[in-house]
Amino acid sequence: MKNVKVLGTGCANCKNTVKLIDEVVKAKGIEVQLEKVEQIQDIMTYGIMATPGVVIDGKVVHAGGVPARAKVESWF
Amino acid sequence: MTTLANALPRRAPWGWVMLANILWIAAYANLTSFADAVLALSGLSRQTHLGEALHFFIFDTPKVLLLLTAIVFVMGIVHTFVSPERTRAFLSGRRLGVGNVFAATLGIVTPFCSCSAVPLFIGFLSAGVPLGVTFSFLIAAPMVNEVALALLFGMFGWKIAGLYLAMGLIVAIVAGLVIGKLRMEHHLEDWVRAIQAGNAAELAVDRPSWAERIDAGVSHVGEIVGKVWPYVLAGIALGAGIHGYVPEDFMAGIMGKDAPWWSVPAAVVIGVPMYANAAGIIPVVEALIGKGAALGTVLAFMMSVIALSLPEMIILRKVLKVRLIATFAGVVALGILIVGYVFNAVL
Repeated sequence: MKNVKVLGTGCANCKNTVKLIDEVVKAKGIEVQLEKVEQIQDIMTYGIMATPGVVIDGKVVHAGGVPARAKVESWF
Repeated sequence: MTTLANALPRRAPWGWVMLANILWIAAYANLTSFADAVLALSGLSRQTHLGEALHFFIFDTPKVLLLLTAIVFVMGIVHTFVSPERTRAFLSGRRLGVGNVFAATLGIVTPFCSCSAVPLFIGFLSAGVPLGVTFSFLIAAPMVNEVALALLFGMFGWKIAGLYLAMGLIVAIVAGLVIGKLRMEHHLEDWVRAIQAGNAAELAVDRPSWAERIDAGVSHVGEIVGKVWPYVLAGIALGAGIHGYVPEDFMAGIMGKDAPWWSVPAAVVIGVPMYANAAGIIPVVEALIGKGAALGTVLAFMMSVIALSLPEMIILRKVLKVRLIATFAGVVALGILIVGYVFNAVL
C-alpha cells in the first residue's frame, strides 16, 4: 500500500489536493494511506518551496498549487 | 475550470487564443454603450444618485473583470517559465544590492501564494539567498502583483500603473537592503536557522509545450478570477456607493492635496491591519480619487493594505522573532509613507 502525504498548512488548495487524491484513488479502487502534514517544521523537512506538496513513499512528486487530475492519476 | 482547460482542443491552441482575443476586444470596446443601455432599461437617469452609482457599477464590473482575465491569463503563461525553484537558484549567493533588485523584480513574475510565504522564505534562506534579498522578494511579490497592475492600468492609465510599479519595486528593494544591513539573522526562529542547506526536493519538470502553457493560463484564470471576483464586486459596489452618494470634493479636506501632513501616515496606519487584495481595494481607490483624494495618500493606503497584513504577520511569526517582524513592518510602512509623500509632491 502506498503512503501518500499531502504537505500544507491548511489552506484551501491543500484541502482540495487531499480531496482530489482521495477521489482519484477511490475511482481507481486503490487503497492508500493518505496523510496530511500540517506542521510547518515537518513540511520543511521535505525541502519544498510552495505548498501544497505531495509526497509518495517518501519522494516529493509535486509542489505548489493543486495538481492536475491527470497528474494525480499518473501516480497510481 | 481545469475541466474546461482539458476540454480545449489541443490541436489549435493558438486558434482559441485568437478567438478569445477578438471576443475580448469586442467586449471591451462596447463597455460604455453596454452600461448606457442597461441604465436606460432600468429607467434611471445618471443625474440621480442611484443612477450614477448604478452606472458606475455596470460599467466597472465587466471592465475590471475583462482586464483581470486578460492579465491573469498572460501571467499564467509567464508562470510556466519561472518557478520558485528557478528564482531561488538564480538568487542564491547574490550579494545585497544587485540581489535585492533581482529579487524584487522576480517577485512580480514568480508564482507566489501567501500561504506559501513560509516555505518559500525558508527555501530561499537555506539555499544561501541572503536575508535582505529574501525580504525584497517577499515584499515585492504581494505588493506589485499582476492584479494590482492590471487594475491600475485599466482605471488610471499606464502612467499611474508604471509609477506604482516603480515605487513598489523601490520600496521592496530599499526595505530589503535596510533589513539586510541591520544583520538580523539571529532574529530568525531557532529551528529555521537549524535547517541545513541542500535538502531541496528535486522535482523533475518536463518542459511544457505551448498548448500546456496556454492551458496553464486558462486554469490560472479559473483559479484567480474564480477566487477574487466576489471581492471585485464588493469593491466596485462600495466604490459605486462612494461615487454616487459622496459629494464632490468631500475627500479633498481629509485626503486631498491640501489635507494636513498627517493624512498620509493616517492612511498607512488604517491600511496596515486591513486585509484585502488588490482586486477589492482598487475600485475603492478609484472612487476616492474621483472625490478629490490625493493620489499619493490613496496609493499609500492601498500599498499598506496589500503589502502588510495581519494574517501574513501571523504566518511569518512561525519563522521570525517578534523584533524582526516589527522591523519588517516598520521599514515597509516607512517606505510606503515616503512613496505617499513623493506622489503627492510630484503630481
